Amino acid sequence: MAVTAETRVGGAAAPVAAARRSRRASAPRTGRRSRPLTAYLFLAPYLILFLGFIVAPAVFGIWISLHDYDFVLPFKPWVGLANYVDLFTPGSRDFADFWQSMGATGIFTGLSVPCLVVLPLGIAVLLNRKFPGRTFFRAVFFLPYVLGVAVIGLLFRYLLDPNVGVVNYLLGSSIPWTTDLPWVWVSLVGMTVWWTLGFNATIYLAGLTDIPRELYEAAEMDGANRGQQFWNVTLPGLRPVLVFVVTTTILASANMFGQQLLLTHGAPGTSTRTVIGYIATEGLGSFRMGAAAAMSYVLAVALLILSLIIFRVFRDRQDES
Amino acid sequence: MSTAALPASSTTAQGSDDNLEPQRHGHGPRSSPLSRVTFVVLLVVLTAVFVGPLLWMFLTSFKTPDGATSIPPQLFPHPATADGYRPLVDTGSQTPVIRWFVNSLLAGVANSVIVTATAALAAYALARLDFPGKKIVFAMIIATLFVPGFVFLIPNYLIVNSLGWLDTLWAVIVPSAGGAFGVFFLRQFFSSLPMELEEAAEIDGANRWQTFVRVVLPLSKPGLSTLLVLSFLTNYNDFLWPVFVLFSPSNLTLPAGLSILQGAFTINYPVVMAGAVIASVPAIVLFILAQRNIVEGVARSGLKG
Repeated sequence: MAVTAETRVGGAAAPVAAARRSRRASAPRTGRRSRPLTAYLFLAPYLILFLGFIVAPAVFGIWISLHDYDFVLPFKPWVGLANYVDLFTPGSRDFADFWQSMGATGIFTGLSVPCLVVLPLGIAVLLNRKFPGRTFFRAVFFLPYVLGVAVIGLLFRYLLDPNVGVVNYLLGSSIPWTTDLPWVWVSLVGMTVWWTLGFNATIYLAGLTDIPRELYEAAEMDGANRGQQFWNVTLPGLRPVLVFVVTTTILASANMFGQQLLLTHGAPGTSTRTVIGYIATEGLGSFRMGAAAAMSYVLAVALLILSLIIFRVFRDRQDES
Repeated sequence: MSTAALPASSTTAQGSDDNLEPQRHGHGPRSSPLSRVTFVVLLVVLTAVFVGPLLWMFLTSFKTPDGATSIPPQLFPHPATADGYRPLVDTGSQTPVIRWFVNSLLAGVANSVIVTATAALAAYALARLDFPGKKIVFAMIIATLFVPGFVFLIPNYLIVNSLGWLDTLWAVIVPSAGGAFGVFFLRQFFSSLPMELEEAAEIDGANRWQTFVRVVLPLSKPGLSTLLVLSFLTNYNDFLWPVFVLFSPSNLTLPAGLSILQGAFTINYPVVMAGAVIASVPAIVLFILAQRNIVEGVARSGLKG
């Protein structure tokens, strides 16, 4: 027991108490010992925010969803699971509107995700070579993404104006981009793709850069043509990045709100009102917070299941290869 | 549109590519399926598609209402006027864009500083210190990365209301700082730093706080500035939350205000575009200054996920 680290290290410096103390504190890399209090003090400012605005609301939201919770009324009666049951009961107050808005979000997600998975990959492949101004073009494609949905919404409302918009002028058409089906979907998807494509392209590009060049050389020696190289080297090399892009794009699309508020106002009728739009207007516009909270949990669970399915699909593919 | 899978535009192109191979090809396949001309044309068209609308917005903001709606459209403002900007600088109006601009900058700066400061402290504890409950705390923080933000919408509205923050900038500054991304991001960054410098500081008698401030933070400038910029942009562009928690015309941030501006000036497009231009300027300037931080921060978040 008497043979401590310090005495073993060397006689010369050993007797100095201060050196001993500091060495003892720093020596064991595994147990970088410090009083737990120090760690808690470092954590405290963030943990207050985390508990107050993430953990507490996540739990409080469940509580709200079990009540007929109207913000402006003094009495908020307990209703148990009624808010959830209503969402699955045809003819209830929210049933038709909620599922219509879920459908709208589904249509938007189904249309935008394939575009936002494939087109950015094309851009990334295009940019994945050395040429003068590469960084500049990468920045150009990323540029719209740094602007908020409010700017993009106002801009496209003007570009897509049926009467004076430049898009109809260039096409020589008079398409009702912001008021009629199916054009509203083309507009919403098109503006979203234009806005966020650079984000996915950037992630793909980082993934492409990580694919070792030797793999392409080997494939070429085996006589693989360009297309075969893309399918057999590029895509498998991008698998983890692809999972990330697909999942985050689905989540982002399922969160769509600003585009429909600014561009179509849900038109025609309420057919482009997304589920986030419905939750927000019912919960924060009409203050039906119990019902709105229940809807947000149903949506969250739906998205969770969807993400798990995607992970499983990609994992199974990996097992095959 | 997998360009690489196109049946190579022409064999001659590939042949000529091979000659130039060493300088021209960087990371990808050794030669390219696209001829140089196709490649340049594609780049030019894409650039026009991405920059064109923004240029159109800028040019329109200097047109007259008639000029903005004429058919065929004017390319350049004729006559050019700054009238579109007039209603925006009047702080007494219902659409004081200049006021929203200040609000947005204040909120964005305050939020990004709070995010970065609290995340740095917490990330250091999680990356370098041992304490009981560390695993649980970290697992909880990471778990919330997977909870979609709309779940917090209704309850946070009530929490913010009970704090008396509705219709104040506090509502857009504080709650979103609870998000886990910053902690996750900086923890990765701190973990990748070499331990030796910190150990040397401790041997010199520095305590945890001194090590953190004098060694870890200076080494982490790239990570810290990336987080500052990303969280500023996120806050500056946030739309859904400010639309519902801010109501008075003088208290709005730009995104919430712009939707009101659109309602108030429906087809007076120069005014609407002028508002959009004002809102774009800080984001675009920041992007030009911190392009590498932003693009690489995004790229890294993808690879880690």
